Amino acid sequence: MAEEQSPTEASSKTVTLRIAKSNPEHDSASQFAEFKVPYERWTTVLDAILDVKKHMDHSVAVRYSCRQASCGSCGMKINGRPGLACFTKISELNSDVVTVEPMNNYPIVRDLVVDLEGMFSTHKKMKPFIINEESEVTANTKEFLQTPEQVEEYIQFSNCIKCGLCNSACPTMATDSSFLGPQALTQAYRYVADNRDKGKNERLKIIDESHGIWRCHFAGSCSQVCPKGVDPAMGIQMLRGYLLGFKK
Amino acid sequence: MRESIIMKIHYGTALGAVVLVAVHVLFRITMMSYGDSLQYENVIANYKFVPYAIMLELILVLLSVHGFNGLRVILIELKQGRSYEKAVTYGCLAAMAILIAYGSRTILMTSMGMT
Amino acid sequence: MKRNENREGIKGMANPGRYGIERVSYWLMRITGLGLLAYLIGHIYETSSILNGKSVWDSMLQLTQTTQGHIILTLVIGMCVFHTANGIRLMFAHGGFGVGKPTRPDYPYIPNSQNMKNKLCIYASIGVAALAMMYGLSVLFGE
Repeated sequence: MAEEQSPTEASSKTVTLRIAKSNPEHDSASQFAEFKVPYERWTTVLDAILDVKKHMDHSVAVRYSCRQASCGSCGMKINGRPGLACFTKISELNSDVVTVEPMNNYPIVRDLVVDLEGMFSTHKKMKPFIINEESEVTANTKEFLQTPEQVEEYIQFSNCIKCGLCNSACPTMATDSSFLGPQALTQAYRYVADNRDKGKNERLKIIDESHGIWRCHFAGSCSQVCPKGVDPAMGIQMLRGYLLGFKK
Repeated sequence: MRESIIMKIHYGTALGAVVLVAVHVLFRITMMSYGDSLQYENVIANYKFVPYAIMLELILVLLSVHGFNGLRVILIELKQGRSYEKAVTYGCLAAMAILIAYGSRTILMTSMGMT
Repeated sequence: MKRNENREGIKGMANPGRYGIERVSYWLMRITGLGLLAYLIGHIYETSSILNGKSVWDSMLQLTQTTQGHIILTLVIGMCVFHTANGIRLMFAHGGFGVGKPTRPDYPYIPNSQNMKNKLCIYASIGVAALAMMYGLSVLFGE
């Protein structure tokens, strides 16, 4: 495709932004469109994509919302690695060419937008809520008190924003469409490690299957791409500790 | 069988094999020179030493179980589907049984002097 | 309609770059495991020739006592040592040992599980495998 230049060039620095464009409804093949985009030290990949969308190609499909790594909408592959477009600055990529593609291991809706439904369904499968018969708040029930140490056990894993980057980086997910994935397994640990929860056995039964927790081989790619410091690889190994009998 | 039980067997066979393979390799290099230890008469003598033959049998079983389960894991991660996964599981079990039977025959016949 | 899942596939799974030494160790563990299984099958076939008498055993031994045979055996030694050392690290990790403790994440979010201990263990596994290969070469070619 022809290279286009942004008309809003206030900056002297420019980067070539290559955007993967595809529409599975018409044609499954993906083509790269190249655009010259001006950038500053603080320009994020999402800013650059929106610049293209505003001035050069309105048809680029991208999903975004908060622009501050809180909503988990703008996950995509940036120069070959999954990342949040709003959380990745062009200047820190140290490259004259930035290639953005849809995240792997999810069906493509269009261009950079993928369908996260599969991840949400495995997430729901983990029963992501406190299972405790006494948890219903009624007039006579008291709140559950936790010590700071008890909170520390799980709080890191509750930072997950469901952006799906971990599932995209996982080497098992690359070929195993039935694998539960690091996102879901980490959320299972988040609730198992919570001392208010009584659903440990239920969850351990769900993950102890042929495409469950045992298909994680601790490659750690999920933790390396997590934009919120959740560290799924740690959560999964801790969870496996219960199944191996090292944790009660 | 639950996957956790299969994987506990996987870890257990690995630990057992590490110890026994170390003894097996040390037998090759500590008793005499490596080249001499592979001479026909010395190998036959090894097989006829019952504790060593039992150790070889254990190594055979442990490594076959560990190796073919590892292969099953790799294969079911590569492709999915009910019939494919069933074929992989039973195929690996069959290959494991054949390898154990073939190796056991060698150990048994050699240790009994049927060479 | 069956949708294209856009899986990264074997190429993505087997690509050891992009994610550091942990992904390299994942890849090496797979390759060495497959290599060792192939060797186990070959070794059992090779040693079973003892049932056919001294002459067959000696001719089989001749086949393996070549430069190529020694190089293959050296590679097997390396694969075996790496697979064992890294396997022990992984067994500890799979039990939840050595993967760090949960903490409140702080920017720049360096994951605790990808800690120096684990990285050093991976490098040590590769180093010990290389040393074992050198020792193997000295034994095999020093006869």
